[in-house]
Amino acid sequence: MSVTEYEALPDVPDFIEDDSGSSAAASVFSLTDLNVYYAENRAVADVNLEVKEREITAFIGPSGCGKSTVLRCFNRMNDLIPIARVEGSVRYHGVDLYAPEVDPVAVRRRIGMVFQKPNPFPKSIFDNVAYGPRVGGMKGNMEDIVEKSLRRAGLWDEVKDRLDESALGMSGGQQQRLCIARAIAVNPDVLLMDEPCSALDPIATGRIEELMKEIQNDYTIVIVTHNMQQAARVSDRTAFFTAELDERGDRRGRLVEFDETSTIFSNPADERTEAYVTGRFG
Amino acid sequence: MRGDVFDPGSLQKQPGADRPGQVFFGLISLAVLAAFVMVGAVLWDVVQGSWDISTSRMWGFLTTSFVSNPDAAGVAQGIRGSLIIAGIVILTFPIGIGAAIYLEEYATDNWSTRLIQVTVRNLAGVPSIVYGLLGLAVFVQTLKGLTGGDSVISGALTLAILVLPIVIITSAEAIRAVPGSYRDGAYGLGATQWETIRTQVLPAALPGILTGTVLSIARALGEAAPLLVVGAAGFYTTGNNDFLEQMRGAFTALPMNIATFTKEPAAIWRGHAAAASLVLLVLVFLINLVAIIGRARIAKRLGR
Repeated sequence: MSVTEYEALPDVPDFIEDDSGSSAAASVFSLTDLNVYYAENRAVADVNLEVKEREITAFIGPSGCGKSTVLRCFNRMNDLIPIARVEGSVRYHGVDLYAPEVDPVAVRRRIGMVFQKPNPFPKSIFDNVAYGPRVGGMKGNMEDIVEKSLRRAGLWDEVKDRLDESALGMSGGQQQRLCIARAIAVNPDVLLMDEPCSALDPIATGRIEELMKEIQNDYTIVIVTHNMQQAARVSDRTAFFTAELDERGDRRGRLVEFDETSTIFSNPADERTEAYVTGRFG
Repeated sequence: MRGDVFDPGSLQKQPGADRPGQVFFGLISLAVLAAFVMVGAVLWDVVQGSWDISTSRMWGFLTTSFVSNPDAAGVAQGIRGSLIIAGIVILTFPIGIGAAIYLEEYATDNWSTRLIQVTVRNLAGVPSIVYGLLGLAVFVQTLKGLTGGDSVISGALTLAILVLPIVIITSAEAIRAVPGSYRDGAYGLGATQWETIRTQVLPAALPGILTGTVLSIARALGEAAPLLVVGAAGFYTTGNNDFLEQMRGAFTALPMNIATFTKEPAAIWRGHAAAASLVLLVLVFLINLVAIIGRARIAKRLGR
């Protein structure tokens, strides 16, 4: 068995809804034997891992290793790809997200997502932030919700005088922070970030990273990144995925190692992880 | 290292280095010119031919019916028929847009969906007179009790079916062109499929849908052949019928007027044909204008 990460994890409970405030944070997600297929191709094989509450968990690895695919299982965005099929279990606070009675729309209201390319809607800045609360039927003063969300995303001072202007006129970094504000506005429990800085310059990237550290006390964050330094800077735990070729020559993603970020970067258990984080591979 | 000595002269422009490109540019410039000349010729022909009528009695031409006296004859009946046709065709647009939404957003991509898509595409290429035969069989004969036979309702419904494939194809293309990132964003925020379609996909696709529908109206207003088959008149006499009876009674439309004027043997009627053509062009232009303004407003609201 090439998957070593599960054994390597210390003291991981199978799944416990643990709000006791003990030093071991509760699991928000637990993946058990997760396999994702695109048509006949098994794109991700046998992933087991736990995402802890109020931590930043980073997924790193080379292109095609399935890290984004795994991320999109957490809020059932893979449902939107007709040929995608998920096997194994994805548990969120103990609930199987792929159980037939689970409504993916309700899942996505609790588990927000920020995408690789900033994707503001072609609407005003205000309407972008208000979009989620409106479709979710949220009660309360919309102006307050929008202001609170923009403040949380560190964008309020920059945009407070032009809330009715189109979001498409903002810079890329502002647009991505707007997308974070938009995701925060529906009051989610988890934020999934799929390479949120890959289209941004280093300064805008730095602001997003600061923002992640600021909001991590309130949200559980899972971030997919190509940037190893970013994972090392912001995350508490890191999962290293890699791609191998299956018998048909298609790429298959596997989780190689999952541990505290400091361990992954300074003392990884698997030589493939070491090769990757030291820049000898990938 | 290239290994050769740099010659500053090698960077200079060489005459004839891009001859094929210049020839191509010349050809496409000619093509643009040809298009302008043809459109200009049509406009010139129509304006010049209708000059006598438009300068002397345009209002009378617009407001009187066809009579045998050339100095009094007008196209009021044709305008009325064409406007009713435009109205009924517009009423059927939701069917075409709905079909496009279904095909793009709901239907799974399998052989039956593809068969429907191919069929719709082929229907858009069916000659209009064939639709006339369909209208004759369905609306004029089978549904005579509802439509009143060879009425403006039958004519309009026939034209609506004629343009339906165009509406479906252009709407589907507009919907397909909506960036997937809008859908991802909406779904990611917990919007349902219908909410995503209503708040993101349709607003973004609306300019394209508008363009397709306007082209469809222009097409429907210009068709004479199907109307001929379903029994449109060149002109008709009417008593003081109420609205419903007029809708189910004899009718004509601007293309029918043009055909009728053209068939008259006396040369003086050529001017009437040109004037009626001018009215038709202006009508289509006005509908276009409304759509362009609507499109610009939507685009502005979408911030582009």
